[in-house]
Amino acid sequence: MSKNALTGTRIRDQRQRLGVKQADLARRAGISASYLNLIEHNRRRIGGKLVLDISRALGVEPSVLTIGAETALLAALQDAAVERPRAAAEVERIEDFAGRYPGWAALVVAQSARIAELERSVEGLTDRLTHDPFLSTALYEVLSTVTAIRSSAAILADTDDIDPEWQARFLRNIRDDAHRLGEGAEALVRHLDQSGDARAAPGTPQEELEKVLEATNYHLPDLERALPVSPQSLAASRDELTSPVARQSAEVHFTRYARDAAALPLSEFTGALTRHGFDPGRVAGDFGVSMAAVLRRWASLPIERGAARPGLVVCDGSGAITFRKPTEGFALPRFGAVCPLWPLFQALTRPTVPVRQVVELGDRAPERFLTYAVCEPSHPMGFDGPQVFEATMLILPEDVTGFPDIAVQPIGTGCRICPRQTCAARREPSLLTEAL
Amino acid sequence: MGRRVLLIEDEPNIIEAIRFILSRDGWNVLTHADGNTAFQAIQNQTPDVIILDAMLPNRSGFDILQDIRSEAATQDIPVMMLTARGQQKDRDMAERFGANRFMTKPFSNAEVLDVMRQLAPL
Repeated sequence: MSKNALTGTRIRDQRQRLGVKQADLARRAGISASYLNLIEHNRRRIGGKLVLDISRALGVEPSVLTIGAETALLAALQDAAVERPRAAAEVERIEDFAGRYPGWAALVVAQSARIAELERSVEGLTDRLTHDPFLSTALYEVLSTVTAIRSSAAILADTDDIDPEWQARFLRNIRDDAHRLGEGAEALVRHLDQSGDARAAPGTPQEELEKVLEATNYHLPDLERALPVSPQSLAASRDELTSPVARQSAEVHFTRYARDAAALPLSEFTGALTRHGFDPGRVAGDFGVSMAAVLRRWASLPIERGAARPGLVVCDGSGAITFRKPTEGFALPRFGAVCPLWPLFQALTRPTVPVRQVVELGDRAPERFLTYAVCEPSHPMGFDGPQVFEATMLILPEDVTGFPDIAVQPIGTGCRICPRQTCAARREPSLLTEAL
Repeated sequence: MGRRVLLIEDEPNIIEAIRFILSRDGWNVLTHADGNTAFQAIQNQTPDVIILDAMLPNRSGFDILQDIRSEAATQDIPVMMLTARGQQKDRDMAERFGANRFMTKPFSNAEVLDVMRQLAPL
């Protein structure tokens, strides 16, 4: 995109703002009024000396005429054209379009942004509808109740000689089922209301814990102090943890957090990260801790407002996600199986072998992330007990450490909401159609 | 004695409605509500037809259907599957495991009667 894009529009705006007639400006700049008219309507490209002459004639800096908000508008229009290649928008005439019809151009950009927003919502809701166990059960209950009402009502309507006792029984059943249906429908509406808002009250114990952690940006100063509070006290102090299971999950998480914080004190850890070029393996060696501990600790560091934050995902030996800290652009579904191509699962198949990979998500406006993953065994039941595996993956947005020059692995969120039709690891068709 | 149908379903008001319409059509209606013991009930009662809900407490109707088809004494009993999920994959599973018919909730009484008469004609 050239920086002189829409310079004509800016010249016209500046001239009108200063109350200069087109003919006067043309004369001062040494060009014809008709040529200036073409420039102002973005019908002629302009650059170099003529920009200097016009800016001097207007008494403004040349940069005022060449760099501005229109650049963002043009970039957004170009993005919109790339997002919908089937529309075959005349990309080479974007400047002309934006210059001649700025209102329509703004509308295209706004609608494109709205479409992207709705697509994200659809992905989230599709994920929820597909994998939400509450919805599945609730819909089953509703349909079963409707079946009972329909059958009972049909019996009453179609049976002329029904015994009064049976008639009373079916009427009572219909009344009870109607009441149950109403309660079921209300529960569904409440659930869907909450599903539509990611910040809504959490439903599962894991969601309750995530809400607590989200509120502190996954950094817990209470556990960082020289004399930290006990994990049990911290869990008990959080009103958001409503169920015993949620409090227990929080205690487990806080205990591990406190252990990591003690082994990897904040200032020493950040210093080591920088000293070792953000290499988790070297940092782990420095402190004599596991690489998984370094990845967890990295993900719990405080971040400055507006800065990209690292994500973290942990799974057990079955591949079930047990912990998720999202990072923008890398969706971590709450329900159902995720993409088998995540480095997390590659690490799971090669315990103790560290996996570093740059991954790319999405086929429209794809985003890249640097990931570090490792799977480590433990023996919680002692020497003769079963070996338990846990894999941990740190997800770093590009502006945290930059990307190494290694091959990029395309991945998705999960098969049902992944648009990569030709993926070798696909296990079921995508729900995303062309229309979406 | 009329034709015997074993209705394996855990929703009491659906049981009551189906029992009423089939009884008036001359069927002897037996019922069972638990997935874990359903196959045992089938073996004990040897019905002419089975109406089998796919989503039962403790055990899936699809698992019970596999048991029915794998046991010599029960493998020829016609089975009508009921489910609240009309998804193609459920239909495919029911067909693969040997269901004779598949009906999606909510269904009409007339549909149930039609199918039952087809599965066990007089």
